[in-house]
Amino acid sequence: MSHDHDHDHGDNRWSEQQLRVKALESLLVEKKLVDPAALEVLIDTYETKVGPRNGARVVAKAWADPAYRKWLLEDATAAIASLGYTGRQGEDMVVLENTEQVHNLVVCTLCSCYPWPVLGLPPVWYKAAPYRARAVREPRAVLKEFGVTLPDGIEVRVWDSTAELRYLVLPQRPGGTDGWSEERLAELVTRDSMIGVGLAKAVE
Amino acid sequence: MNGAHDLGGVDGFGPVLVEADEPKFHAPWERRIFAVTLAAGMLGRWNIDMSRFAREDTDPFTYLRSTYYEQWLRGLERLLVERGLVSANELASGKAAAPTKLTAVPAERVPALLLKGSTARRADAGPPRFGLGEAVRVKNLNPRGHTRMPRYCRGKLGTVERDHGTFVLPDSHAMTGEENPQRCYAVRFTAYTLWGGDASTTDCVLVDLWDDYLDPA
Repeated sequence: MSHDHDHDHGDNRWSEQQLRVKALESLLVEKKLVDPAALEVLIDTYETKVGPRNGARVVAKAWADPAYRKWLLEDATAAIASLGYTGRQGEDMVVLENTEQVHNLVVCTLCSCYPWPVLGLPPVWYKAAPYRARAVREPRAVLKEFGVTLPDGIEVRVWDSTAELRYLVLPQRPGGTDGWSEERLAELVTRDSMIGVGLAKAVE
Repeated sequence: MNGAHDLGGVDGFGPVLVEADEPKFHAPWERRIFAVTLAAGMLGRWNIDMSRFAREDTDPFTYLRSTYYEQWLRGLERLLVERGLVSANELASGKAAAPTKLTAVPAERVPALLLKGSTARRADAGPPRFGLGEAVRVKNLNPRGHTRMPRYCRGKLGTVERDHGTFVLPDSHAMTGEENPQRCYAVRFTAYTLWGGDASTTDCVLVDLWDDYLDPA
């Protein structure tokens, strides 16, 4: 885990996994345990369709619409479902609001729980040992590596996703965006800001 | 289990390595094992807690040396053999020796299954055992089987920050399939409580924990 897709995986190890997976896939197809067309649907869904643009739309709407924001904080699952984002690895959602006083950060120390319907599949660093080990122990040092330095007065809350709740951070709305449309606001919302390792983009 | 997967607070891994413009998959086989794992899971012969246990239940060397999708591959092979869907010989040879009675989930059903998901939330059976703001102490449990209680919070004093409602208990669900639904709370621990020394008394870690993991403080 510590060196995911790093140089220490020689060609031999990669070609071995390639062969092992290929053999397993053909076996399961031959035994009619998986439908080959279903595999293509699954890959297409998570490689090209579902991603952090979904979450950005949720955040932008919360920034622009106070009633939606209130709903999102009270019943995130329903408010997010109203935009069409539901299901696997996002069945029960919680939204955490960043404020002038509180900064929220999400990790899964035990595996890699991540809100797929709104953020897509997690990046390697989120699943790898350094982040999982350190986010709970030294969140401010981890944030610094992501280029975020928070004043001492802000309370850092680290949420370890140990249950079947999936967390999405509602970052603070950048200044200078009064009257912006949801579409324009969504452009400021980064994936990292919705995990809590980043902030929304500042306006030039 | 006290396995290598329980990483919170472990020192020595170095910096978080962020890859710019990271692709969703880093090798063609990662794409395949991702999809094969999800499709095989749709056969309904195991639940998510059983898949997690199949990945984490190994020696620490193997766990830490494996990449994420290598863990998926190992976990899936194990579940397929354990459930009798595939024999060890079939796995080794890659050739089917015996048919199964199960039927693959067809592609046309997949989008709806993904959008529906499978919630672990269950109806509340009664009022919560602990109220918001109430002090609780995490039990010092060290089960050999699956648990979602990270080691770093065991025995520690926290307060109930959120009542999430009632959820399937992963411990029994992983080992026997028994749901044993019960209240799950976000419990707040100050960084100082967890790490001592010069750790902050205002920064905190919140962990989702079930009734069975907690005692009144």
